[in-house]
Amino acid sequence: MENTLEKKNRVKDLLDSYGLPRLIITCFVLLLFIMAPMVGADLTMQIGNVINRFSWNAVLVLAMVPMIHSGCSLNFGIPLGIIAGLLGGTLSIQLGFTGTTSFFMAILLATPFALLAGGGYGWLLNRIKGGEMMIATYVGLASISFMCMMWLLLPYTSPTMVWGLSGQGLRTTISLDGFYGGTLANFLAIPIAPDKGLYFPTGALLFFALLAFAMWAFLHTKTGTAMTAVGSNPQFARASGISVDKMRLLSVVMSTWLGAVGILVYQQGFGFMQLYMAPNNMTLPTVAAILIGGAAVNKASIPNVIIGTILFQSVVTLTPTVLTAMIHMDVSEVVRIIVSNGMIVYALTRKVKGGAK
Amino acid sequence: MKQKQRTKFSLKRLLQDNSVPIMFVLICAICFPLAGYSPSYLINELITRMGRNTFLILALLIPIMAGMGLNFGMTLGAMAGEIALILVVDWQIWGIPGIILAMIISIPISILLGVFCGNLLNKAKGREMITSYFISYFMNGVYQLVVLFLMGPIIPIVHASLKLPRGYGVRNTVSLLSMRQYLDNLLAINVNGVKIPVLTFIIIGVLCLFIIWFRRTKLGQDMRAVAQDMEVARDAGINVDRTRIVAIVISTVVAGFGMIIYLQNLGNFPTYSAHMQIGTFSIAALLVGGASVERASIGNAFLGVILFHMMFILAPEAGTAITGDSMIGEYFRTFVSYGVITVALIMYETRKRRVKSMTGHLLAQAQKEEEARSK
Repeated sequence: MENTLEKKNRVKDLLDSYGLPRLIITCFVLLLFIMAPMVGADLTMQIGNVINRFSWNAVLVLAMVPMIHSGCSLNFGIPLGIIAGLLGGTLSIQLGFTGTTSFFMAILLATPFALLAGGGYGWLLNRIKGGEMMIATYVGLASISFMCMMWLLLPYTSPTMVWGLSGQGLRTTISLDGFYGGTLANFLAIPIAPDKGLYFPTGALLFFALLAFAMWAFLHTKTGTAMTAVGSNPQFARASGISVDKMRLLSVVMSTWLGAVGILVYQQGFGFMQLYMAPNNMTLPTVAAILIGGAAVNKASIPNVIIGTILFQSVVTLTPTVLTAMIHMDVSEVVRIIVSNGMIVYALTRKVKGGAK
Repeated sequence: MKQKQRTKFSLKRLLQDNSVPIMFVLICAICFPLAGYSPSYLINELITRMGRNTFLILALLIPIMAGMGLNFGMTLGAMAGEIALILVVDWQIWGIPGIILAMIISIPISILLGVFCGNLLNKAKGREMITSYFISYFMNGVYQLVVLFLMGPIIPIVHASLKLPRGYGVRNTVSLLSMRQYLDNLLAINVNGVKIPVLTFIIIGVLCLFIIWFRRTKLGQDMRAVAQDMEVARDAGINVDRTRIVAIVISTVVAGFGMIIYLQNLGNFPTYSAHMQIGTFSIAALLVGGASVERASIGNAFLGVILFHMMFILAPEAGTAITGDSMIGEYFRTFVSYGVITVALIMYETRKRRVKSMTGHLLAQAQKEEEARSK
């Protein structure tokens, strides 16, 4: 009797630590993969798509990690980093760079903007500890709508980017053919199904691995441990002589810079640059992905990023083909909205164990 | 002491406390000559928009009173209102009876959603705003599931003008032509070409009276106590969780009514996006009226709706006049509405921190005095 009770508790503990929504989503994804061949979808094609989408999004999701570590909660202000990336990308094209050079120039040009925006944003977040998430959301929205005006007013002239008729104001979607579209993905690409244009994006995955490794290494340096300490127990960190505000500022700058690099990686995979209200659509999938990966509001690791991105992108890629074939209704959009927002609500209503509130 | 402080800093404090409304008066004053609208056109537009939006904005007051901040979950009420309207349109009940029936149907849906939202918010104390923000997005997914897939096979929708040709789901736009402005036109009076929807204003007035009365009831007092300090309120025997749920339920029901009033004025609505911006715009308007996250009055709601919508009418034209591009003004007004909310949230958080550190200082001082005395 006692034995079964103990067993029950163990199962419950395991379930608690894994999280019910995460379990449901994992089962859902497994089911989708099993159902895919049954409804006549090409499984290799599907898996290839998931890998490709993973390579687009992973860096953006990685950008969440530093801020969660330093206790700044989920970075709903990621649009700020994305805008820095967009500025870098547009400037790189404007200055006439092409091919692979344009990608690295874009990162280089985005860096000062990311540092500046991240610095200001970090300073702001230090003044409003405890209310980060709500303010971050609105800082993101306000900066997106501010940049909407700027995209129209800034004096860009490159004919590939501005509206053809009036000759001024950037287009909503800019093709990156001939610039950095596919730069990383084509590096050492392994063909999976070349006739359908499906390749294994070795370069993009290597680039992510490099950044993820750098992040992992950083978190194990002295500064990195100090950052984690600030996130898990600010009082303790202050007592042991760590400057809490400085650590938080550093984490926000890192997050913002990674956001800038992340959107450039996304664009090179997607092949297009999207301006105006588009950065808004990047926030939710990114935050949801890391939460599905098992991160909490104040806890995240590199495996969380990888697992989360794979699971979330599987849901996004597989639901349209599999569910549509099964029930003849396209519920994919609805599933995506419910999964991503439901995950965020779940994370927010969960009891935070110890540490920073 | 309080009196003394007020007389000393009165002008500075007045400016500080009302910085947002003053800023908006300035924006409107600059935009007005640039936009070049005639005053009568402007007043007409403004009165229409007041009738349309004020009820929705008033829905935000009660959660603020209960210390739950800005209720982004009012979108839930808007969805309830929309579902009720879709059903009523399908049943072909027109005019005033249709509007009243829609309001009645919206009540149970709103209560259900409000209880759901309130329960979740009780699990996220101290993070109500961000949580309600995402609950509204989450429920938007559920709303789409219901309206796009369940309406037809499970919830009967008969009319072809409403149903998508594929046999289930509702079309992208729902026409409310059969009840368009019925509420506004009943009892409407015309003053120098300006139409005043008297009945709508009477309904808004009744809601204002309800809010004033509600503040004085036992429940209203309980809410204020909960807002002051949850622990103390619990010790005083108040059921904190229940009180908070009731606040959200009232807000959701009022928002549902508000949405119906709003949509009957417009005459049709985009089925899948009508509710998306309602929360943001209502909250921005309330904040423009000088409200803050912890304090809002009926006066704030009225002032806010006037100033915010004045800016809304003027900005696109003024933007076109300055830059020659009509989109600039459009983006400018979105930027301003988001910006206002951002600034208000930042002010709220910094003030909260300042108060906290001030009480800390006072406590330390009191302790020091105590020690000195005991010596």
